[in-house]
Amino acid sequence: MDIAKTVTRRTILQAGAVAAVGVSGFVPTRFAIGNTAKVKVGFLLPYTGTYAGLGEAITNAFKLAVEERGGKMGGREIQYVAVDSEANPAKGPENTNKLVTGENVDFLVGPVHSGVALGMVKVVRESGTITVIANAGAGAATGPLCAPNIFRTSFTNWQASYPMGKVAVERGLKNVVTMSWKYAAGEEALAGFEANFTKHGGKVVKQIMVPFPSDEFQANLTEIASLKPDGVFVFFAGAGALKFVKDYAAAGLKSIQLMGSGFLTDGVLKGQGEAAEGVLTTLHYADALDTPENKAFRAAYSKSFGKEADVYAVQGYDAAQLLVQGMAAVKGDTGAKPALIDAMEKAVIKSPRGTFTLSKAHNPVQDFYLRQVKGGQEIVVGVAEKALADPATGCKMG
Amino acid sequence: MDFWFFLIQLLNGVQYGLLLFLVASGLTLIFGIMGIINLAHGAFYMLGAYLAWWLAGVTGSLVAAVLLSLPIAALVGYVIEAVLVRTLYKRDHLDQVLLTYGLILIFNEAQRIFWGNDVHGVAVPQALAWSFKLTETLSYPAYRVVLSVVCGALALVMYFVIAKTRFGMWVRAGASNREMVAALGINVKLLFGLVFAIGAALAGLAGAISTPITSVAPGMGDTVLIICFVVVVIGGVGSVKGAFLGALLIGLADTFGKVFVPDFASFTVYGVMAAVLLWKPRGLFA
Repeated sequence: MDIAKTVTRRTILQAGAVAAVGVSGFVPTRFAIGNTAKVKVGFLLPYTGTYAGLGEAITNAFKLAVEERGGKMGGREIQYVAVDSEANPAKGPENTNKLVTGENVDFLVGPVHSGVALGMVKVVRESGTITVIANAGAGAATGPLCAPNIFRTSFTNWQASYPMGKVAVERGLKNVVTMSWKYAAGEEALAGFEANFTKHGGKVVKQIMVPFPSDEFQANLTEIASLKPDGVFVFFAGAGALKFVKDYAAAGLKSIQLMGSGFLTDGVLKGQGEAAEGVLTTLHYADALDTPENKAFRAAYSKSFGKEADVYAVQGYDAAQLLVQGMAAVKGDTGAKPALIDAMEKAVIKSPRGTFTLSKAHNPVQDFYLRQVKGGQEIVVGVAEKALADPATGCKMG
Repeated sequence: MDFWFFLIQLLNGVQYGLLLFLVASGLTLIFGIMGIINLAHGAFYMLGAYLAWWLAGVTGSLVAAVLLSLPIAALVGYVIEAVLVRTLYKRDHLDQVLLTYGLILIFNEAQRIFWGNDVHGVAVPQALAWSFKLTETLSYPAYRVVLSVVCGALALVMYFVIAKTRFGMWVRAGASNREMVAALGINVKLLFGLVFAIGAALAGLAGAISTPITSVAPGMGDTVLIICFVVVVIGGVGSVKGAFLGALLIGLADTFGKVFVPDFASFTVYGVMAAVLLWKPRGLFA
């Protein structure tokens, strides 16, 4: 079958024309003239596909934070440019370039997917564009690939799982099976748990890695049942997390304590229903946090967007806070990059999750909460680790 | 590795295989018998799942939701055949691939518009929300067992209808020579429309009744599609019996792959497919 024959020169020209029309939508209408021009903020986030809801939450909350602070950064108006990352790592560098060289943005905010983040980091390390990662937990971005212009307001995969290691031992769970998808985020998460768990005397009986994104878990659940551990620690997110928790309960394993990082229940708790009862998770946020900042944020968010805020919204909100603080320090002069970066490094963010600062590798030093599902609600049990910093292995900065 | 552990894993494999057969059965009809490469098969699966989740919320009963989503999926299938697929029977397979791939994109976008991007779950009906206790720590959900029985029964019905009834004879004849069958006075257009609708309904049914043991999420149809094609190709194009055995084989390969060679778990299914095709290039029963 000759495919080339059916793709004529005309189709290519047509496709090119369509692409050109699409791109022209982003052509700036104003040119930068000193500090009176608008500050350009580029979003590289997923607006279609599995992670579309996350991209939407981050964008919404970012804009909300800016509006609450007078709609300006360092006295300058803001122009937003959004590019759909499609959560596609293969397009990471190309989409970053669209914003960095094509649009010449002052600041870059993104992405959700760790694979996209790694592609993005490589580009902005070259261009020097000040970048705030609002979700992706890939350790490398604030590890071996760290740079003065790269910041993060979310977490590292290691960070979100490490606190549970101590909790497990404290609760008398000495023999634990760990399980995740076989990909970078899963491996980093299990490593974080294991580091803290073995440090406190626990023993990982078996580590089970399943192909990503397979969600047929029955064989592995049978294996867990035959190993009879005290507890099970997993890293799953989204649809896989929903299904795992349901299958785990249906297989009669509820007598074995199930633990995970917060993504195991966040956003999918309603779908999991009774199956999630009793599940323990650790995360840098919980919807139910009883602080004035969190209550005010959640009220404002649901009023503006008619939806409940989640952890992703918080991370987007704080990305805006970080940039607003930095820009205030240099009075809107994006040219004064060293001073701007310096101010961002020293920022103290009053986040809905609790106040946090940044490590030398530019990753949040933050509290991690222990949460448990009770009566269909995520209850905050307490703080599992106070002011936990990622070890930032391989980062030569600071 | 004791005997019981092995036996339970065997059960897991057979149960997964039966579920795979249910999803792939519609594709066996459309791809295997009609010869249409229907990439949108996964989209019908997704449609069934979303309809079941949505209707279960509206009516409060999963059984009612499944029964309601079945005719809807069939109707959508019939309309798509009548309006789009029908014009492509005489054309190249590549044109069918393009059309049905386009349908995937349209279905995915429609799902986003109508139902949003959130991940959903459906509770197991109260009557089946219990389980068989196998060992001290392991039980087997009753719903999965019922699902296996349904899949097995459906396989028997399909085999009977296609091999033993007049309707089945028409379908097989129409697939091998449309013009001759039409010349004998049989309405081939209607016949193919019905077969396509039944295929879509089977995919929809699979999506709908597996909602309690899976998650209703964007892109759920795309992952199912690949494994369906593997099953149909292993079984031999056009053979219901082959698809049934192919599904069981894949179910067992996947389960034991995960247990015995976890590092190659994502490969075992395709390894089995390669081995079968080397041995019988046209599939088990072709």
